[in-house]
Amino acid sequence: MSAVGLRASRPAYALFVLPFVALYAALLIWPLLKGVFISFHDHDLLSNESFWVGLANYAELWDDEVFRQVVGNTIRFVAISTPIFVILSLSLALALNRPGKLAFLLRATFFCASVFSVTLVTLVWKLALMPGRGLLPQLLTALGLPELPLLTDENLALLTVALITVWWIIGLPMILFLSALQQIPAELYEAAALDNASRWRTLTRVTLPSLKRAIVLVALIELIRQFQVFPQILLMTNGGPNNSTRPIVQFIYEQAFMQLSLGYATAASQVLLAIMLVGVSAQIWIERDKKGGRA
Amino acid sequence: MASLKLQNISKRYGATQVIADLSLDVAEGEFVVFLGPSGCGKTSLLRMVAGLEEASGGRILIGGRDVTQAPPGQRNLAMVFQHYALYPHMSVRDNLAFGLRNIGVKEVEIARRIAEAGRMLELDALLERKPTQLSGGQRQRVAIGRAVVKEPGIFLFDEPLSNLDAALRGRTRLELAQLHRRLGATMVFVTHDQIEAMTLATRIVVMKGGAIEQVAAPAELYRRPATRFVAGFIGTPGMGFVPVQRAADEEGFAVLALPGGGRLRTRVPAVGLPAGALSLGLRPETLHPAADGAIQGSVEMVEFLGERTLAHLKLADGSALIVTLNGVRPEVGESIGVAVDVNEAHLFDESGRAHHALEPSA
Repeated sequence: MSAVGLRASRPAYALFVLPFVALYAALLIWPLLKGVFISFHDHDLLSNESFWVGLANYAELWDDEVFRQVVGNTIRFVAISTPIFVILSLSLALALNRPGKLAFLLRATFFCASVFSVTLVTLVWKLALMPGRGLLPQLLTALGLPELPLLTDENLALLTVALITVWWIIGLPMILFLSALQQIPAELYEAAALDNASRWRTLTRVTLPSLKRAIVLVALIELIRQFQVFPQILLMTNGGPNNSTRPIVQFIYEQAFMQLSLGYATAASQVLLAIMLVGVSAQIWIERDKKGGRA
Repeated sequence: MASLKLQNISKRYGATQVIADLSLDVAEGEFVVFLGPSGCGKTSLLRMVAGLEEASGGRILIGGRDVTQAPPGQRNLAMVFQHYALYPHMSVRDNLAFGLRNIGVKEVEIARRIAEAGRMLELDALLERKPTQLSGGQRQRVAIGRAVVKEPGIFLFDEPLSNLDAALRGRTRLELAQLHRRLGATMVFVTHDQIEAMTLATRIVVMKGGAIEQVAAPAELYRRPATRFVAGFIGTPGMGFVPVQRAADEEGFAVLALPGGGRLRTRVPAVGLPAGALSLGLRPETLHPAADGAIQGSVEMVEFLGERTLAHLKLADGSALIVTLNGVRPEVGESIGVAVDVNEAHLFDESGRAHHALEPSA
């Protein structure tokens, strides 16, 4: 044990973490608790009047068909986008983890889109998908295929927005996987080559096991990010058609700032938080179970 | 067991030539060590044999078969890496089995080979562990085991002991020597540590600047170094060199004018010795103080090493020479004479080529 470790802890040491704790408490813990508190109230933003209603907001949410739909939409959005994020960014990283100008150019290109603002991305895609005149409809027509109502069909709109989201921010998970790939020592691949491992065996027995932690990390990050999906949907479909793309965050936003019922909105926020916590815990638990099972 | 034949091997990285036109024959069952300072090309050479790097020119034959273009897995060899390169997610058993499963060896046979290698390398208790749960020495044994179970024609070792501490290095060295004796396999071993080379090798290949300086058995290399580089590289400390002038020959042997005015009648035949400046090469253990010694020098430093004591001398012309003290304890600054054993005195010409004393029996 080091000399520092042996020394008794002193209250004065807390001063070193105080600035962070203070900011963290003021900007995260306090709003979180305040949110829980407000969710037990009927709080009107316009009059700023607030009445204790207990669990009434939650009961109302339970019966609210729109809310049930937005929860379903959000879960569906996450269920579509997160696996694609993991698989596609991993595939891209595997394909582009090599020296050379082309790979460099492609890495930069894929990452580039993540830098664009959401307004720019949605503008570009709305133009590309514009019925009759957009790039994609024209392409389909030229190929003799029927035009697809990608943003106007209830069954297609959510999928379309999910794919556009993947296109937009695939760069970051790809970079995470690339950096994880570069941590794998070259000697391991040389040993595998001397061991007659095929490319498939090398991928499944050497590369992927080494990436396990990165895969979990990317899945968790995307899970958390995609549960909070909002601006691209607001700008592309505004939640339509027929609420089929409306996510939880948009519901919260509309309840709070358009209906001005803050209590109801914060209650919905707590539900979103709970769903995310369940999702994240499940993922961590699955990972721990795997480790325990193999050791 | 297989032989290895390198024919006119060359290696370039871009415009830099690392190895030029190198040829070498390794017979079945030999333990050959590539020895040389960093950057001499010994690791590049080993990696070309393994197929991990492509030769820029020349041919590589293993067991008589041309494998110059063959992938690493199809060269009938196994390699032990400097940093072990064990698969971190697999148990020791799976590490050993991986290469065998890849070529479709039956599980019964895999189990038999692992059991045998486990006994030989004392891995039995470790088979279900992961590499992270092993010490450095254990990891190295697993890496060696992974090579052994493949029953390859040639074992390649890339500085396998350099990550071990001194005590473990000595023990593993001994185990490697025993392994070689037991398996009788052809082994090629790269190191910059001459003790490893001297103790393990049946033949040492001394390399410098991408070329072979000398290929010889350890004793031969030590007693009859072919070049001034080999003479200075082998031995701790290496051979000392004194610039000398050639005086008149006597009875066919070269006679030298030493710095400080002394004369030395060598046993190096004058025939074939080129004119011009020469270096007299003397190993510290063949030099002892003597009142009437041919060489005079002042003591710069005395080093006590336990089994022997060395004195660093400065000669009249400023050149340095290390001698072994036998009983006398000269003070720093004192001038002493040094007797030369002419049977162990070597001459090196300007090109660095050695001219040795005739063997006493000759």
